[in-house]
Amino acid sequence: MKTDFISEKKYINSYFVCAFLFLLVGLFQSWNVAFSILNLCLISSIMSIGINIQWGNSGIVNFGVMGFAAIGGLCGVLISMPPTLEVWKDGTAIILIILFSFLISGILIKKFWKIFVHNKHLKILLSIIIILFSLYLIKSIFIPSTNFIENTNSAKTGYIGGLNLPIILSWPIAGLFCGVIAFLIGKIALGLRSDYLAIATLGISEIIIYIIKNEEWLARGVKNVNGLPRPVPYEIDLQKNEFLQIISETLNLSVIEFSSLIVKSLYSILFILVLLIIFFLLQKAIKSPWGRMMRAVRDNEISAEAMGINVKKRHLQVFIIGSAIIGISGAMLTTLDGQFTPSSYQPLRYTFLIWIMVIIGGSGNNHGAIIGGFAIWFFWIQAEPIGIFLIELITIFLSDQNEMKLYLLNHAAYMRLLLMGLVLILALRFFPKGIIEEEKRL
Amino acid sequence: MEIINAFALIINYIIIPGLTYGCQLALGALGVTIIYTVLRFSNFAHGELMSFGAMTSILITWIISYFGISIFPLPTVILALPISILITISYCLLVDKFCFKYHREKNSKNVISLIVSIGVMFFTSGLIRVLIGPNDRTINDGERFIISAREFKEITGLTEGISLKLSQSITIIVSIIAVVLLFWFLNKTKTGKSMRAYSDNKDLALLSGIKTENIIFYTWLITGTLACIAGTLYGLDKSYKPFTYLQLVLPIFAAAIVGGIGNPVGAIIGGFVISFSELLITFSYNKFLSYLIPINFLPEGSLQLLSTNYKIAISFIILVLVLILKPTGIYKGKLL
Repeated sequence: MKTDFISEKKYINSYFVCAFLFLLVGLFQSWNVAFSILNLCLISSIMSIGINIQWGNSGIVNFGVMGFAAIGGLCGVLISMPPTLEVWKDGTAIILIILFSFLISGILIKKFWKIFVHNKHLKILLSIIIILFSLYLIKSIFIPSTNFIENTNSAKTGYIGGLNLPIILSWPIAGLFCGVIAFLIGKIALGLRSDYLAIATLGISEIIIYIIKNEEWLARGVKNVNGLPRPVPYEIDLQKNEFLQIISETLNLSVIEFSSLIVKSLYSILFILVLLIIFFLLQKAIKSPWGRMMRAVRDNEISAEAMGINVKKRHLQVFIIGSAIIGISGAMLTTLDGQFTPSSYQPLRYTFLIWIMVIIGGSGNNHGAIIGGFAIWFFWIQAEPIGIFLIELITIFLSDQNEMKLYLLNHAAYMRLLLMGLVLILALRFFPKGIIEEEKRL
Repeated sequence: MEIINAFALIINYIIIPGLTYGCQLALGALGVTIIYTVLRFSNFAHGELMSFGAMTSILITWIISYFGISIFPLPTVILALPISILITISYCLLVDKFCFKYHREKNSKNVISLIVSIGVMFFTSGLIRVLIGPNDRTINDGERFIISAREFKEITGLTEGISLKLSQSITIIVSIIAVVLLFWFLNKTKTGKSMRAYSDNKDLALLSGIKTENIIFYTWLITGTLACIAGTLYGLDKSYKPFTYLQLVLPIFAAAIVGGIGNPVGAIIGGFVISFSELLITFSYNKFLSYLIPINFLPEGSLQLLSTNYKIAISFIILVLVLILKPTGIYKGKLL
């Protein structure tokens, strides 16, 4: 059991290093910065756990993180915002939703024809009829009703609104909803192998973002939804509290700073809770026979199939679980931001960065995914100071007024992309197993 | 007359832009396809390689115009292109040496090479933004139009004009030259033939004395050249913005996969399929039909299949549909 001891010691060390880094930021920059980094680190960790269960434990390449995160964020809006009553009263919104789901399912119907229709010509005829019918529906009902919704009070609402429930509820619901979407995507795309699956999921996530951006009746599209309700108290209310005023005076902090610190740390506590729940559930799953089966599928699909494992079904299962976790973190992100901005979803930030987290942290190990999420997000935020430092170091022989030096210093913000690429390439070459190796199980 | 007007409309709004965009996509897709057949991985960094090529073209154009050299009616970039191709090729070879070579020799899974290419993508995009900044740059310093819509109307007396930009015609001509040279290289020269042999059956090729090193060198040579030309032409046509090249990666993959990945002819066909379907699906046919049928019979509302906001999404939709329904593409490419 010596190996177990070593790996355990290593990840405890890594957690200490992370804690130490936050302490440094808190002491030298400010505690507010430290907590805002921590919050995003926690969300990133949950996302990378989601990818880790897919890639690290079962070898599925899912490049659709961005899409699932956006759907999670959309759930946050649709659960928490007050409904736009004008459009619900005459039932326009209900018709619209039924129609929208009908159109989406229409695309899927083709998949199920094989059961009923065998004649090739009949298939073509039927698909033409379905396409024409849905075009007619779009023209006659869909477009007028979307126009109606988008034009009702378009400066303020102009969308269907939400259910006016507490936003925390949107986290599990986002998980469920993303699970359903992942089921649909997995049904049609999981037959593809590695590279193709990567490209297909990337394409699907882009399509999801396009739909959210352009269907303004759903969540205002690029006009953004602002002022989402919060699960934690507002800073202004805290500042009025006399008890807190006294504490902040004794701590020698301004009330404004202290109140935002409290809000941020409350978010951190919530996120840590979610992270722990997901983490322990997954650890249990991985250590169970189910986890062993997943690893068998990952390591050798053919022999796993020979042992009687239904590989397709397992892949679908794990695709749903991982995507649901990403969806939860997406809803958490929107909750933290207090707004939903579809144009902020970029594949570089939401898909590829999360992948770097998983690879660097060590795929196949949930501790690794968490550490990777922390380390990479920390690095992503702090890369600018590091970049400036590096440029200073390289150009140490040049004078301060040297044009080249000034030019490079002005562009230091982009050093983060460069450094991130470098880190990924070096990691894959020199320590492909990541910071924390996958536990060796006997 | 009405019919001629309708055709002029189609030529102006669909055929000319479609051909230009199709050429750019086809050149990009050729690069992706060649890397895929020879080195067996999907190169996500290809968009950034194109951007790198365009960037070096711009930097060299600045140097050239600093010395006051110009070929006025044509943009100066044409002069800069050969040098920037050389620089892009050397960058590609360096990237291969430091990033891909190790994994190739270790026989890593091709997904690992794909993830390495994402690292290269990050690195290159960072490098580009550090070197030239994220801002918009116009490359085109030559004549704008060969024939503008107004001139065309005056000459022919039609109500619809056709405008042909110089950058568009340069794109089409340069692409044709590049593609002809590429096919000549692949089909007629000894190196090209050995490259095809290598991609077809690696072990057999090695057995008959083909050197891996040479094949890899020529592969990056072709890829670098194509990427630089495609990137520069795209920048020339639409002005150079570093972030657009990341968004080009998926349409390029779509083109390569629709045509059948691994097949050069397929890549070209795929590029045109993507570009024309983007234009045809988002084109509003009202004006076109108004020339052909009497106004009384015209249907109300706009005759557009999808709003122009979805223009880029169309290539993704085609990509996903092809992957799901017919993953081998039109020309029966390789299947993973």
